[in-house]
Amino acid sequence: MELVCPAGTPSALNAALEAGADVVYVGFRDETNARNFPGLNFSPDELKVALAQAHSMGRQIYVAINTYPQAGNLSPWHRAVDTAADIGVDAVIMADIGLLDYTTRHHPQLRRHLSVQASASNPEAINFYRAAFDVQRVVLPRVLTVREIAELIGEIEVETEVFAFGGMCVMAEGRCSLSSYITGKSPNMNGVCSPASHVSYEQRGRKLVSRLGDFTINAYTDGESAGYPTLCKGRFIGQDGDPSYLFEEPTSLNVMSFLPELIKSGVKALKIEGRQRGKAYVAQVVSSYRRAIDAVLRGEALPDSNLGSLTEGARSTAGAYQKNWR
Amino acid sequence: MTNAGPKLTLGPVLYNWPADKLRDFYFRIADEAPVDVVYIGEITCSKRVPFFSPYIPEVCERLEEAGKEIVLSSLALIMSARERKELRALTSESPWPIEANDLSAISLLRDKQHVVGPFVNVYNESTLEHFYETGASRVVLSCELPSTSIFELGKAANGRELEIQAFGRLPLALSARCYHARSHNLSKDGCQYVCELDPDGMDVRTLDGTPFLAVNGTQTMSYTVNSLLGELNHLKDIGVTHFRLWPHDMDMVEVARIFQNVLDNHEDSERAIRLLQELVTIAPLSNGFFHNTEGFRMVE
Repeated sequence: MELVCPAGTPSALNAALEAGADVVYVGFRDETNARNFPGLNFSPDELKVALAQAHSMGRQIYVAINTYPQAGNLSPWHRAVDTAADIGVDAVIMADIGLLDYTTRHHPQLRRHLSVQASASNPEAINFYRAAFDVQRVVLPRVLTVREIAELIGEIEVETEVFAFGGMCVMAEGRCSLSSYITGKSPNMNGVCSPASHVSYEQRGRKLVSRLGDFTINAYTDGESAGYPTLCKGRFIGQDGDPSYLFEEPTSLNVMSFLPELIKSGVKALKIEGRQRGKAYVAQVVSSYRRAIDAVLRGEALPDSNLGSLTEGARSTAGAYQKNWR
Repeated sequence: MTNAGPKLTLGPVLYNWPADKLRDFYFRIADEAPVDVVYIGEITCSKRVPFFSPYIPEVCERLEEAGKEIVLSSLALIMSARERKELRALTSESPWPIEANDLSAISLLRDKQHVVGPFVNVYNESTLEHFYETGASRVVLSCELPSTSIFELGKAANGRELEIQAFGRLPLALSARCYHARSHNLSKDGCQYVCELDPDGMDVRTLDGTPFLAVNGTQTMSYTVNSLLGELNHLKDIGVTHFRLWPHDMDMVEVARIFQNVLDNHEDSERAIRLLQELVTIAPLSNGFFHNTEGFRMVE
């Protein structure tokens, strides 16, 4: 079982490697990756250093080039693939069919993983990418139960990687235009969801209101801690007039309790979300998961992990991995 | 219906309408609506499939007699063994062409003529070319593309068929979770088909009461009703060949006539937009995505 960990900066990369990451995944500092946030990500030179460091420790680096190239402006994405290939990274993570096609033609030796942003949720879709672009691994969308994942693994010829911890999309990834509907910026086109540039907080009497663009996402009374206004994790009014977390509560994904089952199912890699996170966060999550994986592989019980303080709203869920989430 | 000019299409009904209502809807479309292509099928939730399936042959017969081109649309999010089995049956047995709304359908239809539906991501000319080369006769574009991208894709299509979503609430997101059931404190498995209560989707408002989104089962829709009526002539000029109207619980024959009159240059678009605004009472019109801004906005 491979532990794949995020890094948005060289210091987070150090932290991940120190804490026991088998692989660290990163992105370039532009719109070619799905965490295109200010002050984050790697230049080609920083990537070279990171790769040398990881390889010296026997670890690997993957590069996410997982937004959808803009029509009439493919060159930034082609350049990103060329650079990753030249530097010799261990794999690239991609979603766009045109970009997979380009990579297959120009860099056939570069290992290709299918990003979660491609939303390949069944054997037929996954085998399409295998047949057309010789994809070696699929990062599964967060829509499948553990049982469905186990069944799926029996029917595909590529490795599977699943999300274990961190931010949780409640929508099928790569098939969501909610952010661009509300803010004009989307994960697929701009590498951002509910971007910070559109976030504001307003004190209204005793209430603190969080807003995204023109819309109120949540309101907090005294003592309630205010969360980031991700647009699908706010309080809204639907059927009966009572406000509720209609889509999802502000919560993080944590599959720790399903770890033994996931390992048994034949999943090849566990992924930690959070290239936007600081080094302390990365160190704590990665080391907790490292300890847990090692314990399960030794046949021991899951160790206690204290990840509660690192989850959104101090809450976590196994999300779609359990059927009753639906 | 064989003229080479721009064609008006009717997308599949995204909502859960009772089967007999759906049948009567299509009968009226066959008899009265000036649309060239009709897409039929369940996109949103496989639990809804059994209700309308028995009516499909008679509906298709009536539409064919009326000279409509028929395309059967496939489910957008495929996860379970049952959904996969149904997809295999559809792609192997359908007498009509299929609109593939997931890569699984494209995989099964490879090198067999098909339409690539709007739930498959096509953002650039390179992806577009891949689909045309592997059997797509037509590609329907994602709703969030700005005019600059549509322009490039129209150029790349170079006369091959390209469709955009020109009218209706836009399908913005898909999920494994059912928000309709959740809003009624039900689970997806025990949903009691509550989505049937909202034939145009359930409005979702913010805590201030501001209209925000709409929910259609596992699908999240725009609150506003997309209209590219004012942009039709420009879109025609840049290589878009097909214009999709998403069905709503309103007079769709009249909606189709308004769009057809503008496509045929029988009506100026300003007056047509006023007529459309009178007809659409569920929410305001919007065209923001096309104008490279927030999707909910209406750019005059």
